[in-house]
Amino acid sequence: MGAILTVTNLVKSFGGIAAVRDVSVNVEEGSISSIIGPNGAGKTTLFNLLTGIYKPDSGSIMFNGQSLVGKRPDQVNKAGMSRTFQNIRLFPSMTVIENVMVGMHSRLKISLFDAIVRTKKFYEQEAHVVEKAHRLLKFVGIDEHANEISRNLPYGDQRRIEVARALASDPKLVLLDEPTAGMNPQESTEAMNLFRKIRDELGVTVVLIEHDMRVVMGISEYIAVLDYGQKISEGTPNDVRNDPRVIEAYLGRRTTSTEAAQ
Amino acid sequence: MASTTITNAPNPNRRALLATGFALAYVVVAVLALILVDRNSLWYPLYNVFAYSMYVLSPILIISLPIPNPIKFGGLAILLLIVTPMLGIYNNSYMEIAVQICIFAGLALGLNIVVGFAGLLDLGYVAFFAVGAYLWAVFTSTSETVFKLNGWLVPGEMFWVFLVIGVFIAAFVGILLGLPVLRLRGDYLAIVTLGFGEVIRILARNANDPINITNGAQGLIGIGKPPVPDLLHGITNEAIRIMSLRVDNPGFVAQQLLFYLIAVGLLVLIIVISRRLEDSPIGRAWTAIREDEVAAKAMGVPLVRMKLAAFATGASFGGAIGVLYAAKQAFVDPTSFVLLQSIIILAMVIVGGMGSIRGVILGAIAMTLLNLHVLTNLSLQLNALRNVNFIVPIIDFPIRNWPNQLEPAKYQPLIFGLVLVLMMIFRPEGLMPAERRKLELKAEREESAGLDEQAAPQPKGDA
Ligand SMILES: Nc1ncnc2c1ncn2[C@@H]1O[C@H](COP(=O)(O)OP(=O)(O)OP(=O)(O)O)[C@@H](O)[C@H]1O
Ligand SMILES: [Mg+2]
Repeated sequence: MGAILTVTNLVKSFGGIAAVRDVSVNVEEGSISSIIGPNGAGKTTLFNLLTGIYKPDSGSIMFNGQSLVGKRPDQVNKAGMSRTFQNIRLFPSMTVIENVMVGMHSRLKISLFDAIVRTKKFYEQEAHVVEKAHRLLKFVGIDEHANEISRNLPYGDQRRIEVARALASDPKLVLLDEPTAGMNPQESTEAMNLFRKIRDELGVTVVLIEHDMRVVMGISEYIAVLDYGQKISEGTPNDVRNDPRVIEAYLGRRTTSTEAAQ
Repeated sequence: MASTTITNAPNPNRRALLATGFALAYVVVAVLALILVDRNSLWYPLYNVFAYSMYVLSPILIISLPIPNPIKFGGLAILLLIVTPMLGIYNNSYMEIAVQICIFAGLALGLNIVVGFAGLLDLGYVAFFAVGAYLWAVFTSTSETVFKLNGWLVPGEMFWVFLVIGVFIAAFVGILLGLPVLRLRGDYLAIVTLGFGEVIRILARNANDPINITNGAQGLIGIGKPPVPDLLHGITNEAIRIMSLRVDNPGFVAQQLLFYLIAVGLLVLIIVISRRLEDSPIGRAWTAIREDEVAAKAMGVPLVRMKLAAFATGASFGGAIGVLYAAKQAFVDPTSFVLLQSIIILAMVIVGGMGSIRGVILGAIAMTLLNLHVLTNLSLQLNALRNVNFIVPIIDFPIRNWPNQLEPAKYQPLIFGLVLVLMMIFRPEGLMPAERRKLELKAEREESAGLDEQAAPQPKGDA
């Protein structure tokens, strides 16, 4: 299989800070990949660049045969790339199922006329939307909470809603930003199984940002490591684990900072 | 065990029956209070304040009853299509206030689409109202405008066509304004829309030279009215006969009745459209935008397009109501479209409960009553007491000494402001808030409390 996403020489700075410097990565279609790196390495910024929330200063993003540079977030979503957020960003007062229904927006035929006149087409589409939302909620395992207000659910469930919402647009690729943050080991094992299921059953390519090495090493087929906005290493979990630059980035940083503190 | 819980639980049927009985009694008392009183008595204005306010709130009471919809809407139809017209024929000022309430409720619901549903603060909403009003006015007014001089005027029958044209022109103007400004957020959007409202008003004031389109500050007089169908004349005359009233000009009463029916019809249409939009992918997208713009756009919601849809829909309601307003008043001038008017409409939305259709209607009823009924009648009462040289007992204060400047009607803006301030302190979610809005406010409060606890707010990792 070929690459579904090809990022070449991507650059983004905020004022003086170069958050992403000349990053190039390839994501194989149907793979599970991870992006790792210390805090502030530029991982989330990379996701924001991919999804059109930030505009890159330079570089190119080819996704599924088309360039995404300059596309708006909703266009990126429509093109087949969806995401979750590091700090959960649900629509807090909406119910669980409504959150997922919003996620389908780019796949719906929506006209004011249909909504006001309540055409047959409108009813059929709404029925389909509800049915599909339930299917996705079952898939992530929280369908029993479908009609609860999303902000009232525990943290782990909210992460699941975000995943279901991201899958609602039938994406080809999902970007999950620290999806297991704040989970206990048992929950993150469940989450890992869910990510595999997303790839195996739905055929969706998965890219994670992860800090939990057990998850990263356990699930990824390919890993890219960022540090100070630059890609310092990439390859299989084994390659990356044994790469001295990665050890240096993770461990070296820690020793210098502890030395500085002493 | 099971049987005790059943007997202990309040029987929903009995509750519904009780509530309905209460509502029925409420309406009957209100109606009797309105027709049995001696209109020449000294305390009539004050009494009227309570009696008519009580009556006007009854639709809200009925709509809140825990009874099946067909019964509820049947009752409402009787109230709006039989009882209110009769009362309006009995006393024309009741009809007038009822029409004004429908007009303002329609406007408030239009603004509610923009502010309540999509969360965009629009301080120039009255501009769309003005567009509709001037549209009908320039094509029918007897003032010496280019339209009259060139013989472009249309007959009153065209009212219905213009009602539709008004919808589309206002929506078009809404999109025209929206396109450049909807990229702005929050305060900036509010300022620009405020400016836009003023631009439209000033345009209306100055578009009388070199070509006289709007007749400037003098306003347009003699605006056309839709002709009254014979059937309505017949019904009015019959009603006058049944109540054995003495009416000098039954034709005028029939015309008022026509406007009332159009206003109710438009309002019902606006309510239905609002509800349907709210419960559709469009309404969900609006809620999503209101709650988290970044998440909404990342989930595929095209922000500008959905915001434009909100602007255009809200504007179109304003346009249609504007056409009706011009026809009913028979006169428009720029002073009807000042900034204060936009703010009053916004106040109705806020007082009632942003995003809550029922609440917004209640807000419109309350504010219109306060403005056109309560304050006016309090002023009338003061005058009546002054005329009989009434002396307040116990404190021995002669009403005659009450300064003219302190007349209630002159304090309308002050009282509106006070109402708003009190609402913000004691019930920021509005009188009848939308469930969702309550949750959002709660979330905001918790969030700001959380931020206060931290020494410095953490920058968000996400965009
Ligand atoms: N909108 C912004 N404005 C200014 N600086 C930003 C912005 N977004 C990110 N940055 C900066 O860019 C750098 C990379 O941030 P980013 O959030 O991408 O890191 P990250 O790898 O996701 O870190 P973490 O693991 O903590 O989530 C940081 O120095 C951050 O402060
Ligand atoms: Mg991050």
